[in-house]
Amino acid sequence: MWAVRWVLKPVVFLACLIPALHLTAGALDAAGVLNIDALSLGADPVKVMLHTCGRWALNFLMITLLLTPLRDLTHSVFWLRFRRMFGLFAFFYVLLHFTVYLVFDQAGKLGALWQDIVKRPYITIGMLGLLLLMPLAITSTAKAQRRLGRRWTQLHRLVYVIAILGVWHFWWQVKKDISQPLLYACGLAILLGYRVWKQRTALSRLIALPSSRTRAA
Amino acid sequence: MRIKSTNSPKIAPSEITPEEKYLSRRALIAGGLGLAAAQSFGGFGRTAFAQSSVGAQSAAALTYTRNAQLSVTEAPNSYKDISTYNNYYEFGTDKSDPSENAQKFRTQPWNVTIAGEAEVTGTFTLEDILKPHPLEERIYRMRCVEAWSMVVPWVGFPLGDLIKRFKPTQKAKYVEFKTLYDPKQMPGERSSVLEWPYVEGLRMDEAMHPLTLMTVGLYGKVLPNQNGAPLRLITPWKYGFKGIKAIVSIKFVETMPRTTWALSAPDEYGFFANVNPAVDHPRWSQATERHIGGSLFDQRRPTLPFNGYGAQVAGLYTGMDLRKFF
Repeated sequence: MWAVRWVLKPVVFLACLIPALHLTAGALDAAGVLNIDALSLGADPVKVMLHTCGRWALNFLMITLLLTPLRDLTHSVFWLRFRRMFGLFAFFYVLLHFTVYLVFDQAGKLGALWQDIVKRPYITIGMLGLLLLMPLAITSTAKAQRRLGRRWTQLHRLVYVIAILGVWHFWWQVKKDISQPLLYACGLAILLGYRVWKQRTALSRLIALPSSRTRAA
Repeated sequence: MRIKSTNSPKIAPSEITPEEKYLSRRALIAGGLGLAAAQSFGGFGRTAFAQSSVGAQSAAALTYTRNAQLSVTEAPNSYKDISTYNNYYEFGTDKSDPSENAQKFRTQPWNVTIAGEAEVTGTFTLEDILKPHPLEERIYRMRCVEAWSMVVPWVGFPLGDLIKRFKPTQKAKYVEFKTLYDPKQMPGERSSVLEWPYVEGLRMDEAMHPLTLMTVGLYGKVLPNQNGAPLRLITPWKYGFKGIKAIVSIKFVETMPRTTWALSAPDEYGFFANVNPAVDHPRWSQATERHIGGSLFDQRRPTLPFNGYGAQVAGLYTGMDLRKFF
């Protein structure tokens, strides 16, 4: 217990920050503050920043959704101790993704941003995902969890919708080669499919139970 | 006119040239091209094959004149940006893929087939294609359909001058270009992301327009493989994907060619593909562009109609509904 809380968790936390640190260094290189070739984000640093943040947001959403199946498979609740951290990192990278888009791509112009949101379906979808993530991030504390009780679980089921929106957003902005979004879509289908399957088998067990009782009677 | 027709050769593995010989042959061609490649073999290693900024790749220097009249005055992007950040799906879909995967691409020997509605047709060696044409440098704006832009110092000659040599007939309404199809050398052609070989086309008047450049060089040197060597098209008022690379076939045709991107997504990419801030891509805006090589805090630039070449080319499209013919 002690090792998880004071060693493993901090190590995982720092590891989750690596992409953000890499981008920060790259941004400083692109801005001319640092001048180290190894840090360079290439000819179009804004695009690399946008795509890297977006990609890690999706990765963390996927990892977060993987923990419950892992718990079931290994019969260990160990995995769930990381769920909040990974979920919050998903939010962190989505927020960073949006910030890069607003500050560097749209040069901070809110008018341009709004036009993009209403005109471009893939941006509309992405924004919707970000908005839906907000209440989840806000209610991620143990206190909120206690206070909301059962409704907390219901609220946090939104993550399924958010993950779908995220992959959809990725899919729609790809020019032609959909192999990467397809990969995420397949992964997500498995993760969500597993939950549907679990629900159904649990449900059929529930339905089967009384009927077997009647037969016995 | 010294046009020689040759049979297109089938290359046996035993005929594949070792790099050393290939490089020296390149110098011979360079000589034939009217390039500055040294006549004596001794000197050429040092002079013509100046080390470029992209790792091991070296390119021969070209002899050319500067065409200031048809050049923009904006500062060109760096050789590194131009040669490491571009689309060339034959070598992969990432913009860094071409520079990584095209290094071993063989541009020698190279043949170009001229076919269709013209008096002179046949298969010609690249040297025959290039020989009569003095080269010039033109600094052009380049606008990608993905809403980014660069400024590039190309070296080439007017496509119109080339076309005249083959005497197209009255029936020739369009020119159709094809890229080499060689999945062994071009790994991207093994995937089905697009239909191969890549096909592009121009209406005859577009092809004959003085801005239309048959391009063989970049920054005064032979075109890097990843930028479309040995022969590519540049039409600066159109989106970058019109600039077909590694051309092996030029055909004069009566009907509009079925071009690769238009085939792959007809509602997103058209045959004309003129840069037009007023006609958006269905999924993103074409009103502005991000200029590559600027500062992190640079604002997006407004995209200009015909990429700023409206004064020269808008007349080609008088009376056409550019929303319909995008």
